Amino acid sequence: MNIEGDLLHTVTADKISDSRKRLGKLMVWGTALLCVGLAVWQTAYQTGRISSGFDTWRPILYAYMAWATALCAAQVIVNGEKGKRTLFVLPATLFVVSLVVFPLLFALYISFTDWNLASPNGPQPNGWDNPIQMWNDSFFWNALKNMVYYVLAVSVEYVIAFGLALLLNAQIRARKFFRVVFLLPLMLSPVAVSWMIGKSMLEVRFGPVSRLIREFGGEPSFYGTPEIARFMIMAMDAWTFIPFMMIMLLAGLQALPREVLEASKVDGASGWQSFKEIIFPLMLPVSVTAVVIRIIFKLKLADVIINVTSGGPGGATDSVTSFIFREYRDRSNVGYGTMLAMVYLVLIVIFVTVLLKLVSRWMERPA
Amino acid sequence: MNAIFKDHESDRRVKAKWWTSRIAIYTALLTWAVICLFPIFWTITTSFKLAPDVMKGNLIPWWDFTPSWKGWEAIGFSPRLIGEVSTVREEFLKRFWNSTIISISASLLAVVLGSLAAYGLSRFNYRFGFMRNSDISFFFLSQMILPPVVLALPFLVLYKSLALLDSRIGLILLYTLMVLPIVIWIMRDQFQGIPIELEEAALVDGLGIWGAFMQIVLPIALPGMVAAFILSLVLSWNEYFFAALLTSTNATTLPVMVASQTGSQGINWWSMAALSSAAILPLVIVAIFLEKYIIKGMAAGAVK
Repeated sequence: MNIEGDLLHTVTADKISDSRKRLGKLMVWGTALLCVGLAVWQTAYQTGRISSGFDTWRPILYAYMAWATALCAAQVIVNGEKGKRTLFVLPATLFVVSLVVFPLLFALYISFTDWNLASPNGPQPNGWDNPIQMWNDSFFWNALKNMVYYVLAVSVEYVIAFGLALLLNAQIRARKFFRVVFLLPLMLSPVAVSWMIGKSMLEVRFGPVSRLIREFGGEPSFYGTPEIARFMIMAMDAWTFIPFMMIMLLAGLQALPREVLEASKVDGASGWQSFKEIIFPLMLPVSVTAVVIRIIFKLKLADVIINVTSGGPGGATDSVTSFIFREYRDRSNVGYGTMLAMVYLVLIVIFVTVLLKLVSRWMERPA
Repeated sequence: MNAIFKDHESDRRVKAKWWTSRIAIYTALLTWAVICLFPIFWTITTSFKLAPDVMKGNLIPWWDFTPSWKGWEAIGFSPRLIGEVSTVREEFLKRFWNSTIISISASLLAVVLGSLAAYGLSRFNYRFGFMRNSDISFFFLSQMILPPVVLALPFLVLYKSLALLDSRIGLILLYTLMVLPIVIWIMRDQFQGIPIELEEAALVDGLGIWGAFMQIVLPIALPGMVAAFILSLVLSWNEYFFAALLTSTNATTLPVMVASQTGSQGINWWSMAALSSAAILPLVIVAIFLEKYIIKGMAAGAVK
């Protein structure tokens, strides 16, 4: 939205006295000073320069929260009516900034250290060692390559989801029943899914799927070969998330202009023709939104892998997230793991930006 | 007997075609319904099986196996154990309670913060430095692409120094952060659908902007907020990654408990099945009764 001026226009004649302004500023600067002062004191205590201090950094957190509250309150005290408007966005902004920006900066620092939680020395900067190690780490590149496969699997999910959405949009009975049933997999936690399907239904000896395969004379093996193992992970993830795309597409289908569809019917379009020439093109924006969001979720894929294969066989199913998870938990290799995570973040940001740019350019051109 | 109204030859062909398409549609629907339901059915029935039943692959209760409470006894729920003191049940209830508190408070916090921000962004023009409204919206929504691994470690260290490791508050803050972009996305859509004249009328009648928001806009936007709340609830109830890294004994949630059982015990099928069923049941119930809101939440923003 690019409208200049407020949508909800308010005119107020605030007369804010100087003392009130001073009070507001005093509150903000006072609490900020308190926070910084406590932080400096605590740093000095932890580095051993002074003898007394707090056990933990909790008090600094409280001071920070006091500062945040003071900042919010001061908006109204200093700016009056205009401040009340700021107050809508400010809490969320402060929350996100303090929980994302600071940790990210900190992560950037750790990623250039040799920190291992098991080592007593704490973090020591080690220059470019981590990037070099990453460059030579074939498992990391392998995990990235797997992510490409996983993301490509979204196209299949999209086709299935579109088909299901069309089915649900058709003239059927018991639509509500089918909608609830189709929605159910999305409600289940990936961890439960990885036990329910990955470890029990796909169990080689007693699982129902193995039994079925044996009935047909096959020999079940789900996590033996890289291709099949990867496919199984994809299938489980698809099973959970297809409803998500399906519902977005269903909403799109229900919002299609009825007149256009009826006009095409009058003109004698067959079912396939009206899908190809009308429904699909009209659904493109919704489809793109659904696919992009799905890809974003896919890039975080980890829970199922961690719990079912933990990356095996030989890293064939590893996603970047599950690989880094094991780097943290099994090897406590904090510095290196964080470096990988930062690199992954940069790659994701580039990928998603390019994707969005391509999509918006492509959407502007009429197909 | 001759019918009075006779279908023409071409009408009959249409009818046959209609029937085939019906059959195709219902076959496809039923197939997918089975795909969706079978794992849930399998898990719930397995929780009532004994070892021989699992090995023989018996499927249908009362027909080819007799249900038993063995699996549920492993987490302390069965007619026999329900009256007694049971440590496993205490353990399970503790995890369950953790999950409940954490997901509900995180969703509430996210809905409050997110609704406020979304309302502001849909009604006023802001300028923080170079950031305009669209930039601020983008800033919030871009958090969605942030992979959890990037934050995991800094939070591990940060929480350690703040003594928030293994605490519910720590997880609540993180989950709020995780679902906030989605809440803002849904709520912005909601607020943009509310005509601005309503607030203008309220302002003329003497309410302030916060008064108008609280008394006029909020009641209208309530269904959207419920949708956002439920979606957040589902996401934070199911979250595993942060919970696995940041909690150890006190604040562990259900997914962590389920995952830790799979690792150590091999195939203690019935108890695992009971645990999994217990972990998924709340959300299955939510899905069945509040399906309307979940769909509304996910459809918001998809259609413009």
